[in-house]
Amino acid sequence: MSRVGVVAIRRGIRVSIYLPIAELSVNMIILLAMGGAVGFLSGMFGVGGGFLITPLLIFYNIPPAVAVATGANQVIASSFSGALAHFKRGTVDIKLGMVLLAGGVAGSSVGVYVFALLRALGQLDLIVSLLYVVFLGTIGALMMWESIGALRKAGKGGSTTLKKPGQHNWVHRLPLKVRFRASKLFVSVIPVLGLGAFIGFLASIMGVGGGFIMVPAMIYLLKVPTNVVIGTSLFQIVFVAAFTTIVHASTNQTVDVVLAFLLMLGGVAGAQYGAKVGQRLRGEQLRALLAGLVLIVAIRLAVDLFVRPADVYSLAPGVL
Amino acid sequence: MKRCARKHALAVIGMLLAVAVGGPSAFAQDQGEPPRETINIGLSTEVVAITPDFSGADLTIFGSLENPDPQILRQGRYDIIVVLEGPLRPVVVRRKDRIFGLWINVDSETFSSVPVSYSVAMTRAPQDITDAKSYKQLSLGIDNIHLRPAGENADPSKTEEFGLALRSLKQRSGLYNERVGSLTFIGSNLFRASLALPANVPVGTHRARAFLFRNGSFIDEASDQLMIVKSGTEASIYRAANTYGFFYGVFAVILAVITGWIGRIVFKRD
Repeated sequence: MSRVGVVAIRRGIRVSIYLPIAELSVNMIILLAMGGAVGFLSGMFGVGGGFLITPLLIFYNIPPAVAVATGANQVIASSFSGALAHFKRGTVDIKLGMVLLAGGVAGSSVGVYVFALLRALGQLDLIVSLLYVVFLGTIGALMMWESIGALRKAGKGGSTTLKKPGQHNWVHRLPLKVRFRASKLFVSVIPVLGLGAFIGFLASIMGVGGGFIMVPAMIYLLKVPTNVVIGTSLFQIVFVAAFTTIVHASTNQTVDVVLAFLLMLGGVAGAQYGAKVGQRLRGEQLRALLAGLVLIVAIRLAVDLFVRPADVYSLAPGVL
Repeated sequence: MKRCARKHALAVIGMLLAVAVGGPSAFAQDQGEPPRETINIGLSTEVVAITPDFSGADLTIFGSLENPDPQILRQGRYDIIVVLEGPLRPVVVRRKDRIFGLWINVDSETFSSVPVSYSVAMTRAPQDITDAKSYKQLSLGIDNIHLRPAGENADPSKTEEFGLALRSLKQRSGLYNERVGSLTFIGSNLFRASLALPANVPVGTHRARAFLFRNGSFIDEASDQLMIVKSGTEASIYRAANTYGFFYGVFAVILAVITGWIGRIVFKRD
């Protein structure tokens, strides 16, 4: 049904491009716009945008396996761009980033293996959607709750800055402590490696950079100062996403470089304008907007899981 | 036996006509024995290259009917079916069921060698050519493609169910298609079959087979091979991704880094 539509578009405007790995023809303008819109949002909110790109690609009929691996590839471009800016400002804790990265590489390796396994079992699409629904739903709801509270407070004339995290929690009682100078932090490497591994695992299964989990986890769990959080997170995302892309390309052959490039082009352009708009909006308004967006994507994915599919049968290449 | 006798009576006429149409082979035949009809097909090219913007096309296959019985030819009682069968691949068919409200793949069947594509051209509607039994014996037609389950002891009813689903999904995607009346005689013993190549036609070796029927019974078969390759940049990218996965991945990363870097230079002059 959708195939007929694509053919009609192709004959009409001649903007279609054939994606070699996804193995379908798509409208170039739509992909550039998609990349641009997500880039705009990511610039505005200071997030990588991988968590929006992958579901959008799935909505656009790109096979989930390709959407995930290509999402990881696309994330590199926007994160690299952002990380450069933070390097210039000196807001990257390289040592902390390296430890996170070591965990990330391990987590990503496991993730790619699980990815291949789920794909062979025919459960990849389901798990990817479920993970998105759970993570986006939870984070969207938390952010919404927090930002609405902040907006109310702002209305009453109170302080609008994020609550200053407490000085100590269980994380700080773990052994193997290491000093991270740039972050003025003296903390055990266990939670840092663990966090990195967890994000790396999600990166390879969901095709995200993981910034949307990494940033709050660094602030609330590790108590990293807010000024180095985003730079450090971007720094390690570049490497984890690069690692994930290469592993996906070598084991699953699901990275579509044409698709990724179109998204990147739109993305880097959109991000610049998004950042300008973002500077004019207030923090809690931004967070409320992003939360709303995240919730919409989560709900849309959840609905697809519950609605009877057009055909209960599906075909996939078999493995003998 | 009756049919045989009639053939004898018409043999002379057949030979006379052969001068005009069939070529010398008719003369080589023994006088008492009527020449047996044979079928030939020829593909004008062995390799078909399709471009990335390929949106489906018609493939024409020409063929000839040697030593036709002119009477039967005139009555239109010769029927030909031409099939273009794509490369064989293992395929897994999955079925979703509702579990706690979620639609989840719960059951599947793997078939060991399924033609990726299957295009048929025939002179008339299949039921007017021959009977179901003959189709089954020849494994001819979308409903008769032999689907062998990969497992050792497969449940026949399950194989049936998933086999049906496979045929129906393939037909809906256009990969399996049948065209009635798209095979026509041009002149007395040449024919032309027009097959539909869908936009998503698979690359690889395709086998063209022609089946000749006379008065509803199968008498001859001919086959030829055709390579379908994809040309252009996209095809090279696909090959690179599948052959040199690691280097392809490294390339993808470098491309992303350069794009991110250039994007920064172009847009942010801070």
